[in-house]
Amino acid sequence: MLSAPNSAPTAGAIFMAFARIGVTSFGGGLIAYLQDAIVTQKKWMNEEEFLAALEIGQTLPGGNAVNVSIIAGRKLAGPVGAIAAASGLLLPGIVLLVVLGLLYQRFHHNPDIAAGLAGVAAAAVGLLLQVTLKIGAKQFLHLRDLAFVLVTFVLVAFFHTSLPVILFLVAPVAIALCRPPKKTTHE
Amino acid sequence: MSDLVRLLNVFCLLSLMAVGGGTAVLPQMQHEAVGENHWVTETQFATIYSLGQMAPGPNMSMVVLIGWQAAGVAGLLVTLVAFYLPSSFLAYGCSYAWDYFKDNPWREAVQRGMAPITIGLMLAGVHAVGKTACINPSHSLHHNLVTAGIGLAVTVILFAKHINPALLMLVGGIVGWFFLRGN
Repeated sequence: MLSAPNSAPTAGAIFMAFARIGVTSFGGGLIAYLQDAIVTQKKWMNEEEFLAALEIGQTLPGGNAVNVSIIAGRKLAGPVGAIAAASGLLLPGIVLLVVLGLLYQRFHHNPDIAAGLAGVAAAAVGLLLQVTLKIGAKQFLHLRDLAFVLVTFVLVAFFHTSLPVILFLVAPVAIALCRPPKKTTHE
Repeated sequence: MSDLVRLLNVFCLLSLMAVGGGTAVLPQMQHEAVGENHWVTETQFATIYSLGQMAPGPNMSMVVLIGWQAAGVAGLLVTLVAFYLPSSFLAYGCSYAWDYFKDNPWREAVQRGMAPITIGLMLAGVHAVGKTACINPSHSLHHNLVTAGIGLAVTVILFAKHINPALLMLVGGIVGWFFLRGN
């Protein structure tokens, strides 16, 4: 058995807690929902453990919230806990997306629906732009970072450079420029 | 069948390349789903993306609709697993190994160096969906004024006030319906 504490929640309880977030988290901001549920309400993790999980989740590829739920679920109940947490987080939204997709298939030729959907799609672009500007605020003010933002943007948007090329050619340069200072020879 | 294999390939790779969250792979995803494999049209892609913003849970779950459009229910399931499983395995494994790397100075270098690239990729994502949904030469000037206006208004409002974005999506839909239904 894993060295879980006696009060470790069951997979069902984990699924339900994450599914509640999966149902209610309209409009994004999932990390805040996760923190509220895991740290504040259920007290399954303390603040520090949560921040460590968040740091891993943000460093690694993949959706941050999904990664955090995998890590939290593992801590609570091993592999089963990780599966319960991630599927709880994902399933409600996916069910709703399938319903929306069915409605879209059926009604997208209707001019009223098409007009409404055009408005929703435009609003989604505005949201993405705002999120990008907000989390990029620090990078836009730093000259070297700004250069990498612009190079990446122009290469991808206008020269259709593929993502692997960016990750294998541009990213190493950016990381090398941020490399840790050499340790002094004095120990 | 070959579509399922393609979906599996494409979304597994996207899953592992999604540094800084799923939004960073949006331009590449559009390229694969629209240009390379013709699973969805450009307009469908922009619409599917916006549905993802409206639904609760992780926004990038909208990928399942691309899989569905490409290859039915099997496509939906393959895409779901392909997009979330590889990165989840990585997170699972790394939460063991994390303590090793916690104090490694290169970790911060990777995070600092990747941050502007993630932002650049997200901006390219704005461009990828924006050129269909907001400023689109194949639509009338009236249509473009309305959609660009909605997009800009949402950006400005979110900077000025803390409003649930899902609510703004709905308002955007109503405004779009009001001004565009005659077109």
